[in-house]
Amino acid sequence: MIPAPFDLVTADSAEAAVAALVEHGDDAKLLAGGHSLLPLMKLRLAAPAVLVDIGRLRDRSFVRDDGAHVTVGALTRHRDLETSPVLAEHAPLLAAVAAQIGDPAVRHRGTIGGSLAHGDPASDLPAAVLALGAVLVAVGPGGSREIPAEDFFHGFMDTALHADEMLTEIRIPKTAGAGWSFQKFNRRAQDWAIVGAAIQLGPTPRVALINMDMQPLRASATESAVAGGASPAEAAAVAAEGCSPPEDLNADAAYRRHLAQVMVRRGLVEAAGRSAASGQSTVT
Amino acid sequence: MSAIGTPMKRREDPRLLTGEAKYVDDIQVPGQLWMGMVRATVAHATIAAIDTSAAEAMDGVFAVYTGADLQEMGLWGAPLPCAWVVTPDMANPAHYPTAVDEVHHLGEIVAVVLADSRYRAADAAEAVVVDYAELAAVPNLDAAMAGAAVAHSSLSTNHAYHWPLVPDPDALEAAFANAAHTVTAEFVQQRLIPAAMEPRGVLAVPSPYGGDITLYSSTQVPHILKVMVAATTGISEAKIRVVAPSVGGGFGAKLNINPDEMLAVALAHRLGRPVRWTESRTEAAGSTHQGRGQHQRIELAADAGGKLLGCRVHIDADMGAYMMLITPGVPLLGSFLYTGVYDVPAFGFTCDGWFTNLTPTDAYRGAGRPEASYAIERAMDLLAAEVGVGPDEIRRRNFLGGGDRFENLTVASTLVFDSGHYGPNLDRALELADYDGLRAEQQRRRAAGEPVQLGIGLCTYVEICGLAPSRALGGLNYGAGGWEHAVVRMLPTGKVEVVSGSTPHGQGHETTWSQIVADKLGIDPADVTVLHSDTAISPLGLDTYGSRSLAVGGVAISMACDKVVDKAKVIAAHLMEANVDDLVFENGAFSVAGTPAASTPIQAVAFAAFTAHNLPDGVEPNLQEQVTFDPPNFAFPFGTHVAVVEVDTETGGVRLVGYTAVDDCGTQINPLIVEGQVHGGIVQGVAQALWEGVHYDEDGIIKNPSLMDYLVPSAAEVPSIRTDSTVTPSTSNPLGVKGVGEAGTIGSAAAVMNAICDALSPFGIADLPMPASPQTVWRAVESARATTGGAS
Amino acid sequence: MTVNGQPRAAEVEPRTLLVHYLRDSLGLTGTNIGCDTSSCGACTVHVDGEAVKSCTVLAAQVAGAEVTTIEGLATADGLHPMQQAFMDCHGLQCGFCTPGMVMAATSLLREHPNPTEDEVRLGLEGNLCRCTGYHNIVKAVLACAGGGA
Repeated sequence: MIPAPFDLVTADSAEAAVAALVEHGDDAKLLAGGHSLLPLMKLRLAAPAVLVDIGRLRDRSFVRDDGAHVTVGALTRHRDLETSPVLAEHAPLLAAVAAQIGDPAVRHRGTIGGSLAHGDPASDLPAAVLALGAVLVAVGPGGSREIPAEDFFHGFMDTALHADEMLTEIRIPKTAGAGWSFQKFNRRAQDWAIVGAAIQLGPTPRVALINMDMQPLRASATESAVAGGASPAEAAAVAAEGCSPPEDLNADAAYRRHLAQVMVRRGLVEAAGRSAASGQSTVT
Repeated sequence: MSAIGTPMKRREDPRLLTGEAKYVDDIQVPGQLWMGMVRATVAHATIAAIDTSAAEAMDGVFAVYTGADLQEMGLWGAPLPCAWVVTPDMANPAHYPTAVDEVHHLGEIVAVVLADSRYRAADAAEAVVVDYAELAAVPNLDAAMAGAAVAHSSLSTNHAYHWPLVPDPDALEAAFANAAHTVTAEFVQQRLIPAAMEPRGVLAVPSPYGGDITLYSSTQVPHILKVMVAATTGISEAKIRVVAPSVGGGFGAKLNINPDEMLAVALAHRLGRPVRWTESRTEAAGSTHQGRGQHQRIELAADAGGKLLGCRVHIDADMGAYMMLITPGVPLLGSFLYTGVYDVPAFGFTCDGWFTNLTPTDAYRGAGRPEASYAIERAMDLLAAEVGVGPDEIRRRNFLGGGDRFENLTVASTLVFDSGHYGPNLDRALELADYDGLRAEQQRRRAAGEPVQLGIGLCTYVEICGLAPSRALGGLNYGAGGWEHAVVRMLPTGKVEVVSGSTPHGQGHETTWSQIVADKLGIDPADVTVLHSDTAISPLGLDTYGSRSLAVGGVAISMACDKVVDKAKVIAAHLMEANVDDLVFENGAFSVAGTPAASTPIQAVAFAAFTAHNLPDGVEPNLQEQVTFDPPNFAFPFGTHVAVVEVDTETGGVRLVGYTAVDDCGTQINPLIVEGQVHGGIVQGVAQALWEGVHYDEDGIIKNPSLMDYLVPSAAEVPSIRTDSTVTPSTSNPLGVKGVGEAGTIGSAAAVMNAICDALSPFGIADLPMPASPQTVWRAVESARATTGGAS
Repeated sequence: MTVNGQPRAAEVEPRTLLVHYLRDSLGLTGTNIGCDTSSCGACTVHVDGEAVKSCTVLAAQVAGAEVTTIEGLATADGLHPMQQAFMDCHGLQCGFCTPGMVMAATSLLREHPNPTEDEVRLGLEGNLCRCTGYHNIVKAVLACAGGGA
C-alpha cells in the first residue's frame, strides 16, 4: 500500500538531523534504512508529517576496533555487521544476529541504529546489544550522551531516546573469545522470532530474550544461575522468570515461556561448547 | 523426432524473464481513472451513513460513489452470478458489486472513489467515513450451524443447501453392521488464501464510439467473464471484449466473477473513461475468495483383514457470505473421491452448505478434491493402526483392481475411472523414497529417545481432471458445459496458428500446444504460434481450471490437427494426381504408400489451399479447421507421495526433510512442465499442512491478512523434491492424457499430516489439526506426556 | 539516479516508493508488486549492486544511486546467465515473482559465488513463489553458480 503524504528533509550531518528534529518536534521521524518505519507507514499505522532522511550519513556507517571495545556507527547496515571481520573476531554474536534479520534484501537496507531506536521487542538486535553489554551513544541539542543498553529499552517501541535525539554509535565490549549463542525460533526463515535468545558468556554472562515481554529484556534469573555455576538445564528453567510474554497467533504466553527455556538451554549448551573450543585453542 | 514427450524449454520464458511480459497493472492507458475501494471494516452491519465529502474535496478526485449511488445509477442488470445452483431450493442471497444497506463480510465494497492516480485513489478511499450499526456476526462454521446469529438479515437460517450422494443406503447400512473394524474421524479443512503472486487487477477501456468496451482482467476465465459481464451489467455481450494478459498465477482464485470487474466495466462504460484497480495483498484477504473451509466426518467400515466394506462421509461447508461462481459446488467436486483409490463396496456422502459472515469460499487448487483425498488418506492411516498393519499394507489390500491395471472401472461413487495401475506406482514411490531405510532410522531415533523424531507419511491419491463432460456437469446442475474449442490454421507460408479457448496463467500452454501440433502436422514446433486469452482472437472457450487444459483443450487441438491433415490429404491427392486412400502422411509430407521419394510437404498443400488455383471440386480454400471437444468422461490421474518430517518434540517445530512423488498423469506431452506442476502443487499442499490458514476472530475480522502473518512458505522452508512417474494412458481421450495441475496439492497435505502423526504415534497422538503449527504440536506432545507419562 | 545505466531525474512526491517510480514514472514494469509488507520480494531490484525491496525504499532515498532492474540484466548478446539458467531449469511458471527472484539470485551469487543448496534456499528466503515449489529455482541458481556466472 501507500504511505500518507509527508515532507522529506535530507540531513547531511547528525547535527542537521537533530536540528530538524528540534524544529519539527513530535511530527518528525528519522529515516535511516527505512525498514522498520516504511512498512508501518505503508499500512498507515504511522503517518509522520516530516521524515528526516539520515541515510546519507555514510560517515556514521562503520565498525571500528577501538581497543577495549568495538564501535559500530548507528547507520551501519545489517549486512555490514554480518560480514565485518572486526565483529567476527571481537563480538561474533552481533554478526550472527545480524545475519538472521529479515532476509538479504532487508539486511542490505536496514541499519543497527534504526532497529535499536525502533525498540521492537520482537526484533533481534536489541537482544544482541543487551547480551553484549553495549553502550549506546545518542546526540541531541545539548550534545551527546551514553546510554547503557540495559537502560535503553523502556517499553513497547519506547526507548530512552528523546524525540530530538539521534543514535550515533554503539560501543561493544570485546568478548575475548568467550562463548556465545544466538537461538531464534520462527516458522519461516524471514519471520520475526516467536522467541529468541542471545547469549554471551564471559566474566558477566548475559542472556537476553526476544519477544518475551513488552520490551527487549535480559533473563536475569538465568544469568544469576549461570554465574552461580548452574547447569544449562537448571539455568534455563528460570529463563522466563519475570517475563510477561505477549500472545499472538503463533504463541500464547505459556508456550513462549516454554520456548524461552528451550532456546536458552540450547543456547547455553552451544555457548559453553564455543567457550571450550576457544579455550582449547588458547592452550595449544 | 517426436516433440510429444520431450522436455522442451518454454517459449513463454524469455518475455517473463526480461520483464517484457505485461500483466494488467503494467498496461497504462491515457485518461485512466484509478478506483479506490472503501471496504467494510466489520463483518456484519447495516450501513448507517457514509460521508464522502472529505474524499470528494481532495485534489485529483473525480467522483465518489456509494453502493446506493450505484444502485440509483442503474448500473446493474443482475446480481453477480452463481453458476452452480446445486439444489433447486438452495439459498442464494443477491450479491451486488457493492453493498447498499447491509454488509456481510469484512472487505465487502461499500463505496468506490475514482481519482487520477494510484496514490490519490488510496488517499481518497481512506477519507471516506462509514458509520456502521453492527449486527451479530457469524464468524465461523460452528456459529453458522448453531444459528444464534444469522449471516443475512434477509434469511431465516444460515443453512444454504443439503446435497446427498448415497447410491445404496441399505448396502451402506449393512456394511457398517457387518464390520469387524470401524474408524470415525473428523477433520477441519481450514480456510486458505490462494495468494497467487500477482494480486488481481482490472482495467476497463471504453471505445469512444459505439459503446464497445474492453476489459483487461487478471483472470483465468476471460470467456466466462465475458458472458457474465453481459449478464451483470446488461451491456450487450457482442460489445464486450475480455483480455487476460499475462496472468501471474491463479490457483482458482482468478476463476471468479468479481465485484471489482463489474465496477470497472460499468463505470468505464457509463463515464466513457478507462477505469482501473489493482488489489493490494492485504486487501485481497477480503476481496478475493478463499479456499477450503470444511468440517469433515468420515467413517470407514472394514472386515477383520482391513478390507474396506463401506465409507460414509458428511461435510459441513462454509460458503462464506455469498454464493460466488461455483461456491456451492466445490464440495461436490470432492464428493466422488472420498473412496480414493480403494475398492469400497458401499458409499454415502452428504453435504450441508452454510452461510457465514466471512469472505466467500470458492475454488482453490484442487477444489474439493484435496479435501476428499485428505479425509480418506488420513482415515486409511487410522484404519491401518486399528487393524495393526502398516500404512502401505492397508493400501495394498484395498487398491481398486487389486493394484493391477484396469480400465473403465465403475467405482462406489458411480463414476467410471478411466484407467489405473496403483500397485507398481506405490512400489516405485517406496523404492525411490528408501522407505525401509527411513523406517530403520525412525526406529533408531525412537530407541534412542532423541528429541527430534522422524515421521514418514504416505498418500496414495486419485483425482478427477479434465472438467468436464457437459452432460455430467448438467447432471450436477452446473450452469455451463465442459467442452473446449480449438482452431488450427496453416498460413500461406506454412506456419501454423493455433487458437486455444484454454487460457494459461503459468502452465506453459504455448509450449505444450506447439508440441502437439508439431507432432500432428510433422512440422517444427517453432513454426507454431499459439493465440489465446483474448475473446476477440479466441471467441469460443471455457478457460482454465480443474486441470482441464490438456485433457480437453489440448485434445481439441490434436483433433483439429487431424482434420487439417484430412483436408490437406484431399488437396494433396488432387495435386499429386493420386488416390486419397493411397496417400500416407509422414513427417509432415504426403506420399503414395511405398514411394516416399515423391512427396508433397503439408506446407506446399497449405500454399495451394491459400491460392486456391487448383483445388478439387467442393473443397473450400485455406487449411483451417476447428474442433469443439466435449470429453466422454473425466480423467483420473493418481500417484503416491511420501513425506518425511522431523518433529522437534521440545519445541513442536516440524521440518519437512524429504518428499518423494511418483505421479501418473497418463501420457506426458512435456515432462519438464509436468514436473514443475507437481513441485508447485506439492508445496501448496504442504503449506496447508504446516503454515497456512486464515485466522478470524469472534467478530469475523481477519487477524492475518498480509503475507507477514499469512505464512506462504519460501525456499528456505521446503526441501528439494524427488519425482518420478508411471504412465497409464487415459481412455477418455485419444491422446491418453489426464492432467497434473492439481495433483501435487491433492496428495501432499495428507502425506505431511500422516508423517507428523506417524512421528508422534509413540506419544499416542493419532491426529492433529492443520496447520500443524509448532504451538499445536507442542501442546499435543505436552498433553500426551501429562496423560501417559511420556513416549513409550 | 542511474537506472539500468541511464541517468534519470524527476521531481516526485516525497512519499513515492522506488517501485512506483520505476513502474509508473519510468515505465519499467518488469519490477512487480506482490505484497504490501516487504514479504514477497517480487519488487526486488539492485541498488548499487545489492538486492533491495523497492517497495520499502523511497525513490528519494536512492537519489544518486545506481539502480538495476530486470530490464537491465539481459544484453544484446542475450539473456543474463541467471535468466538463462531459470529458463533451462524451468525455474518459472507464471513469471510474476521471476524478475524479483532473478535479481535476488544474482545478488546472492555476488555475495556467495559457490553456495550450497541450503545457502541458496536461505538466500532466497525473502522471495515468495507460488508456482514452482522452489525446486527448479534452486536448481537454476546452483546451475548458474556452477556455470561460473
